[in-house]
Parts: sequence; C-alpha cells; structure tokens
Amino acid sequence: MSIKFKNVDYVYAPGTPFQTQGLSNISFEIKDGSFVAIAGHTGSGKSTLMQHFDGLLLPSKGSITIANQTITVDTPNKVLKEIRKKVGLVFQFPENQLFEETVLKDVMFGSLNFGFSEEKAKEQAIRWIEKVGLPEETMSKSPFELSGGQMRRVAIAGVMAYEPDILCLDEPAAGLDPEGQKQIFDIFKNYQKLGHTVILISHNMDDISKYADDMLVLEQGHMIKHASPKEVFSDADWVKKHYLDEPAPSKLARSLQKVGFHFSSMPLTVESLVEEISKELRAKGGN
Amino acid sequence: MKDNIVTVQHLSFTYKDTKHPAVNDVSFNIPKGSWTTLVGHNGSGKSTIARLLDGILLPDENSETLIQIDGITLNEKTMWDIRDKVGIVFQNPDNQFVGATVEDDVAFGLENRQVPRLKMQTIVHDVINQVGMLKFQKSEPQYLSGGQKQRVAIAGILAIGPKLIILDESTSMLDPAGKDKILALIKKVQKENGLTIFSITHDINEASQADQILVLNQGTLLASGSPIEIFKDESLIKSAGLELPLFYKVKNKLIKRGISVPQEIDNEKKLVNYLCQLNLKM
Repeated sequence: MSIKFKNVDYVYAPGTPFQTQGLSNISFEIKDGSFVAIAGHTGSGKSTLMQHFDGLLLPSKGSITIANQTITVDTPNKVLKEIRKKVGLVFQFPENQLFEETVLKDVMFGSLNFGFSEEKAKEQAIRWIEKVGLPEETMSKSPFELSGGQMRRVAIAGVMAYEPDILCLDEPAAGLDPEGQKQIFDIFKNYQKLGHTVILISHNMDDISKYADDMLVLEQGHMIKHASPKEVFSDADWVKKHYLDEPAPSKLARSLQKVGFHFSSMPLTVESLVEEISKELRAKGGN
Repeated sequence: MKDNIVTVQHLSFTYKDTKHPAVNDVSFNIPKGSWTTLVGHNGSGKSTIARLLDGILLPDENSETLIQIDGITLNEKTMWDIRDKVGIVFQNPDNQFVGATVEDDVAFGLENRQVPRLKMQTIVHDVINQVGMLKFQKSEPQYLSGGQKQRVAIAGILAIGPKLIILDESTSMLDPAGKDKILALIKKVQKENGLTIFSITHDINEASQADQILVLNQGTLLASGSPIEIFKDESLIKSAGLELPLFYKVKNKLIKRGISVPQEIDNEKKLVNYLCQLNLKM
C-alpha cells in the first residue's frame, strides 16, 4: 500500500478575511518503504503537507490514501485515530512537548494512548530509549534535567516506541551537533531498512541528498517537483530559478564547472566530488 | 595584555552534584576586535564558559583563576561593570523576551540602567534601525520569525553599548537563509561599533570564517589557532565531535590522493582558483 495524494487542496480559515490557500492541487504517490524528503522555503507549505499525513489537518478538497485508509474532508475521528497509530509525527523542536515526570513515562505515553498494554508499552519504551542512544540511567530522570540533544532523543523515542509504519519528521536534527545529527539520521535510515516509510522535512540539502530516495519540492503551496535528489540537483537552472539551496558538494562542483572543469554527473557527496576532480586532473595529466 | 579584550587563566567549573568539572583548567585570550569562535559538541562545556565570562556562574575556587575583560578582573564587585561590556545572544529566541513590544524589549536594559527617557528613545530607535527592524518597532515579539527575534535580541544588546558580544549558538535554531542573514548582520555591527565577537557554535562553516578558533572537548581546550591550522588536522576535529567544512574535506582528500594543494588555502574561492590553474597547466 503506497501513500497517495489526489488533488489535495487545503485552505486555512475558509470564509474569513484571513482565508489563505495552504496547499493547491497536490498529487503524488510515495512507495512503501521509501525515504522521502519534503523541501521548500519557509512558508511553502511543508508543515501543512506533513500534518495531512496523519489527519491533523483534513484536505479541503481531494483525497489521501494512507495506511489502508482514505482521508477526505469528512473522515471521522475514529478512522483518524487508526491512522495516527500507523503514522507517527515528530514536530520541529519536539522537546518542547515533553511533560511527564520521567523519561520512561514520557516515552510510554504514545504507546499507552494507542492501546498497548502497560507491560508492552514499557518493553517498547526501554528498547527505543536504548536505540536512540540514551544511557539507561536517564530512564528514571525527569526529561527536564537532560541536555537539549538528549531531550530531542526522548521525544523521538516517544514516537518510534509504537513503531508507526510511516514516520514523519520535521527538521529532526536542527540544533544538534554534527555527531548527534549523524547518529539520529542513522537511526531513521535503519528504521527505513526495517521496512518502514520515512518522510523528512528539511532545509538541509546535504542531508536530503545523503538520506532521501526521493524528494517533493513545494513552492507557495504547489508541488513543483517530485524526483530523486540526483535528478533535482543536476538541473542547475531549475534549482536556481526556484531559489533552492544546493548540497555543498554540488555548489563547489558548480564553481569548478564555471572555471573549466567537466563532470560526467553532478557530485552530491564529498567522495564523488573528490573522485571527479582527481579524474579530471588525471585525465589531463595523462595527455 | 593590552591587545586582548578577554584573558582567561586556569578556569574550572564543576556543577553541583557532579563529580567531573564541566570546564577543566581552561586558559585562552581573545584579541580585541577579533571574531573568535569556540567550537565543541553538545555538552562539551561551551555554554558554561559563556556563563562564566558574564559572571552568571562563578568559577571553582582557585587562586590562579583569572577572568579579565577589557582590563577589569571579574569578581562579585565588578560583575555589573563587566555586564555593561558584555552582551550575550542566546540560542532560543523565545527565551529572551521581556517587553510587550519590540521597542519596549530593546529599552529594557536601558531602563535598568536608568538612562534618561529622551536619550533612551534615541538609542532605541538607532539600534532597531541598525538591525533592520524599524518596521516592527511596535510589533509583539512573539509574532516575529526566529531570525527577526534574534535581530531584536541583538538590538537590545547593542543598546547597552557593549565591547564584546557572545553568541551562544545564536543561529542554531534558524534555517540556513536565516543563519546567513544573522551572521551578516553581526559582521556589519561588529564593524560599525568596533566590537569583539566571541561565538560559541558547532556550526563549522561559521567557524571557518573566524580569526581564531578554540576547540573544546569535555571541558578541556584541545587546540587553538587560525582556521587553517585547526582544520589541517581532521582527527582533532573528529575527536571534538565535529566535522570539517566541506572545502577543507575536499582539500585534505585531494592532498591524500597525491594532488598538491598549498596549506594556505583557507576558503572555497581560493581552492576553486587553485584547482582551475592546476587544471589549465595540465
């Protein structure tokens, strides 16, 4: 079962002077088990789109097929709860939403809410607290005693503990140091490898090109591209026209192209960039 | 030392109920007018150092410990004089507002210092103008974007007329475009107001633009030097839980592959120019 958006519109505050079009005629299909990034400028509709994945927002028009259910403007709450069990959302700065007395209780909260037994919820919480890289002794601590990076992990563990089929993340690495960023992205990538779908909102094109199979690009509520990062970033004119950032290696490659370097394909990673530069220098050196 | 605005010697700090010091016998200088960056991973002790410099935290007792800012030695008596010289921009833009409007918030520090009303109005107007927020003078801070909030925070600091601004992860919650704008703004006010910037960050790209980098790991200073010196050693950066800026990675990897790249190349443009010439020569 894939995720399908069909002609989805979303209008904020319809019928009031504040009425604004959040999403316009969005259609796409995401394969099960893929890692998909949603990119676009601040205000392009990324977070609005993400809130449609678990029915926090209902489409004003059109329909969404997700987790064997269909969401339209009329979908009842009972169905939405079923969907939310299978679609986990991690908001931006999720550490702001921690509230329980202990880390363990906080991580168990979601699972209990979705009908897990106390015992099962605890077992899952312990497993995911470990998997997100938190030391065992944090379990009995108050989440508010932890560092910012650790609080972020607690919040992420709280969603992953009920092991949703589809995991949606809004800038999960913002504010973490490079090592922390790599660690949590590895967790998400492994989660995908176990057969889950991962949806990532990010401004960071390096992360997108490193981890995502596919990307959706939004602009003022419209979807203007659905393609692999490689395809997106190889079209330099298009990227520039839509004021998108590029992965850092591509940016450097582009500067080198301007001064006479030729690349067989646009490098997205440091390794491929260094490889391409040496190839070019060697090819010439051999002549 | 006359040319250093900050001198720190044998600085240690241990949080209550912990065994290991968060900051362990750290000594460094910050040259006047420089942009000095302290890098380290989350939990390395960076923010603790910022709070020690401003007297928010008091160092572990040790007769050799010295914190001197603009010629004044920090102690309980001089703390308020020092706070007139040092402004901190914190990480979370939401946690630093007291005023109901932008101009009220910017005026807060001046009110505390009992600056006369007319003078206050001029200063507030000037600094809000300097950070490009005049249009939002009467706005409520909570309706501003993250980047705009940081601008207001910077205005509030400029109003006091400090000598040193400490940026404590001030851009880490902003998106890339917002980050660049705030850094450009700080560079501008640094020049206009003759300030010294002490930036605490794990954003390595920001660090690569500094005059001096200090590398901190588990409370200990691992190294200090220019970006060229610091980024030569990838293992040092890795051991501090950080990553090299992209062009240094490329530079080091090319050198490893036997392609000669001069050490003094310290920005992306120079690397591109050099590789271009190398390519033409071949």
